[in-house]
Amino acid sequence: MRYLPLTDADRSAMLARIGAASIDDLFADVPEAARLAGPIAGLPAHASELAVERHMSRLARRNLSAGEAPFFLGCGAYRHHVPASVDHLIQRGEFLTSYTPYQPEIAQGTLQALFEFQTQVARLFGCDVANASMYDGSTACWEAITMARRVTKRAKAVLSAGLHPHYVSLAKTMARFTGDRLDVAIPDLTPGAPGDDMARLLAAIDGETSCVVVQNPNILGHVADLSELAARAHEKGALLVVVVTEPVALGAIRSPGEMGADIVVGEGQSIGVGLNFGGPYVGLFACAEKHVRQMPGRLAGVTADADGQRGFVLTLSTREQHIRREKATSNICTNAGLCALAFSIHLTLLGETGLRRLAELNHAGAVAAAERLARVPGVELVNGAFFNEFTLKLPREARPVVRSLADKGILGGVSLGRLYPGEASLAGGLVVAVTETASGEDVETLAQALEAEIAA
Amino acid sequence: MSMNSEGRVTRPETTVAAAQAPATFTGNRALMLEEGLIFERDDYARTGVDLPEAPRVAGRLGGLERSRPIGLPGLTEPEAVRHYTRLSRQNYAIDLGLFPLGSCTMKHNPRLNEKMARLPGFADIHPLAPVDTVQGALAVIDELAQWLITLTGMHAVAMSPKAGAHGELCGLLAIRAAHDAAGSDRSVILVPESAHGTNPATAAFCGYKVENIPATADGRVDLAALTARLGPDVAGVMITNPNTCGLFERDMKRISDAVHAAGGYVYCDGANFNAIVGRVRPGDLGIDAMHINLHKTFSTPHGGGGPGSGPVVLSEALAPYAPLPFVARQADGSFKLVEEETAGEDHPGSFGRMTAFHGQMGMFTRALTYILSHGADGLRQVSEDAVLNANYVLRSLDDLLDAPFGDSGPCMHEALFSDEGLAQGFTTLDIAKGLIDEGFHPMTMYFPLVVHGAMLIEPTETESKAALDQFIGALRSVASRARAGDEALKAAPALAPRRRLDETAAARKPVLVWKDDALPQAAE
Amino acid sequence: MTTYFTEDHEWITVNGGTATVGITDYAQAQLGDIVFVELPAAGANVAKGGEAAVVESVKAASDVFAPVTGTVSEVNAALEEDPALVNSAPEGDGWFFKLALADPAELEGLMDAAAYKAFCEGL
Repeated sequence: MRYLPLTDADRSAMLARIGAASIDDLFADVPEAARLAGPIAGLPAHASELAVERHMSRLARRNLSAGEAPFFLGCGAYRHHVPASVDHLIQRGEFLTSYTPYQPEIAQGTLQALFEFQTQVARLFGCDVANASMYDGSTACWEAITMARRVTKRAKAVLSAGLHPHYVSLAKTMARFTGDRLDVAIPDLTPGAPGDDMARLLAAIDGETSCVVVQNPNILGHVADLSELAARAHEKGALLVVVVTEPVALGAIRSPGEMGADIVVGEGQSIGVGLNFGGPYVGLFACAEKHVRQMPGRLAGVTADADGQRGFVLTLSTREQHIRREKATSNICTNAGLCALAFSIHLTLLGETGLRRLAELNHAGAVAAAERLARVPGVELVNGAFFNEFTLKLPREARPVVRSLADKGILGGVSLGRLYPGEASLAGGLVVAVTETASGEDVETLAQALEAEIAA
Repeated sequence: MSMNSEGRVTRPETTVAAAQAPATFTGNRALMLEEGLIFERDDYARTGVDLPEAPRVAGRLGGLERSRPIGLPGLTEPEAVRHYTRLSRQNYAIDLGLFPLGSCTMKHNPRLNEKMARLPGFADIHPLAPVDTVQGALAVIDELAQWLITLTGMHAVAMSPKAGAHGELCGLLAIRAAHDAAGSDRSVILVPESAHGTNPATAAFCGYKVENIPATADGRVDLAALTARLGPDVAGVMITNPNTCGLFERDMKRISDAVHAAGGYVYCDGANFNAIVGRVRPGDLGIDAMHINLHKTFSTPHGGGGPGSGPVVLSEALAPYAPLPFVARQADGSFKLVEEETAGEDHPGSFGRMTAFHGQMGMFTRALTYILSHGADGLRQVSEDAVLNANYVLRSLDDLLDAPFGDSGPCMHEALFSDEGLAQGFTTLDIAKGLIDEGFHPMTMYFPLVVHGAMLIEPTETESKAALDQFIGALRSVASRARAGDEALKAAPALAPRRRLDETAAARKPVLVWKDDALPQAAE
Repeated sequence: MTTYFTEDHEWITVNGGTATVGITDYAQAQLGDIVFVELPAAGANVAKGGEAAVVESVKAASDVFAPVTGTVSEVNAALEEDPALVNSAPEGDGWFFKLALADPAELEGLMDAAAYKAFCEGL
């Protein structure tokens, strides 16, 4: 076995030191009935690198990867170009094969990188502080709802209809067991502002509301000013939680913090991480400084060593499970360290200049694509305002159209029938994301194929 | 007030000078290069990407255009590569040496796993892509699922949990859903004192009350105490096996039988599965749910603190409540995703969704690559060598360090020591920091809580005998100094990139983000 | 003015109908450097033996229990800025909160200084 360094001679010598006659003696505490005599039957034996590579490559070839097709999928996961140096740097063994930085003297690399990540996220979101990351956007969203419960000591959360339906689904799963009350709604294709239910939200916030949760840009791509909502929430003693699933948008639009958000969570995948069929991704979590002790997750902070040299440590750990146990702010232990590093490196390579330009490119490409696709007979552009993603209303059910486009090698978007099965009013909806990776030619290919599909 | 002896010294106690070295102009010490923050550069306007100018369009941002600068510094590629390379060199890593963190299973991360995870067919596919276009990805999930089910002897597996603690949550939600379905409102979860902090935190996170179960003098769950506490209000127990003292719970089957007889379920924390993989199937011990940390047993990289992955194997009793979505093999050999849409007919008991998409696909490809590389025979050898290495460490040190459970038989994959016998004023922390100067990452310290000044050493199977001998030699040297009261040990580490850091100051006045006096004005 | 002690290492000094509560010198020494103290809200009612405050060192969070039942009349705001007061003057400037006593009879079960000293020596 290429990964196991002990030789049989080593094993014998070691058993002698231990004073055991055989390996089996070391498993003496396992009840005999539960001890397996040999390798589990029916499973293959070890294999060479070449053989494993062949097997895995064969499976990989059965997938249509985004790079092989005109590609327009979004809805919570976005395809952006990631500079080559990002993947090179995160594969350095000192990052890849290190552990949670519990011994700070020999983990300054990870700790400083996390501190820089926290600062980048806080600034991008317009918040005072950010943590060292969560599992992903959806779990960060639920953590924000529970944090708002702790801060306000209230348990009713009002969720916008424009919040990603999988995030809502997760919140429903948890609320069933925690006793939180959720006020939810399904989006509609209101011309100009799809998925925007500002009037409902403003009316729903009351003296029992812990938080109102809004995604911006929302699941249908609409972008909205949340300032009035923030003011109303604060007036009623509730918090405004803003969810960002496409952080590149913040290179172009005002940050949630500027609009008055108390907690901002997000999915960081679109910067530095890649699609990966849904994971691993990186949850972003930021808030106002006054709430930091109610925040979940790890935090890196500044301090000095015995010589007075600046250094970094994990801090405020008494919020966490390994100390507070059943009274912890969350059960989260692992964060998404390496994905957070990738996010941070990509954002450092972009810088403010690059992020703004990337956002401009995305927006310009999306506007051009929206205009082109809206010229397909029978197709209607629903959005007024959007960033790099918008919703089209097709004259027929969108889901079979998406499947049929895929048969032609075009990944044309996400049908609302997939996200909201059974909702007849949404069945014609097709959400199209246009990032810098989609060329004008790709858009033209999609437009023509869509035209053919609808005519068929 | 509740007392806890973990209030150990958390700031440097002495100002003993580091090894004498000439001061340098840069602060650098040869290969050890100091590196400032990206925010400490005077020019934020640079960028490391070349992007074309965007075509002019009539913007449709609805009046939400960003007006204020963000404050994000940019680095060109050579600067960025140097910044992160310099930072990386301040980290210890498995690639550098033995990383004996107990309960963390820091084993070698094969590079083939990385290569496979980066195949565009896996890395560059969207979670909402039409299922016909991702059959290979679903096949990976299914193949890994079958391995996990077979290796554990369980009935089903939930693949979507994103880490170990998320897996615990999955298991406990399944238990709650099962009780709900039976019309029972049991409210208590029993957790042994030696459990990982995630266990009680998870139970509380999904609305359970937590009660502790004591350990016996030999470091195992007190079966009598546990049995006595069982009753109509107990929803289940969370047991770690092998436990955090590095011992196999001999009574596991009896515990399971007792819990089942009382109408509860058994959750097993599978953090230590590496000790038994291929030799023992948890399904044979009456377990109802167990998470498997793919980043431990199956060697997906820890990455400085994640991402992890925590699939949960389930018994027949709990399988009907497994979360959405999951992959199902169809009669024609193709795969489908069972999501909310068809759950009503395919999986009506599901407790629902616990993450946006399908779990940690990037970790599935790595773990499957690892498993296929090892095969059934190699995995059995993994647990044997892991246990052999730990016992070798235990018996090579127990004359010098107190092994509180050393008399109760062999350990499993990790060896536990206490701070008994150290000179007055010397602690586990001093030994840990001394090991740093010797070029090793310290062992897990002060955990489990049931042992005073605990030192938990998990060498893993990917260490050679020579590497173990060197580690044992280093630890013997440091332990001898701590027993003899060598004051210089209090100044350790003296040779690391930083000396002991003041955690007290960090916590009293938290500085969690960089604050410039004035943000540089970004180019408009 | 009389000071009483609990087995959970709180002290309570009674002056008429009100009392001042803090943690003992023994407790602060065991906890190590205190980094944060979470105090009850003024006006809150606390029950004898119930959780009234939390004291945190870097590596531990410990509950502080109310030695007797009462209503919190004042909290020590100085601890917010300078939690180290609990280390430097645990039984002085590092006090936690003041209570209006509900039932002075509850004091009877507590230890005096000599008894508490003996209690700590026995630990």
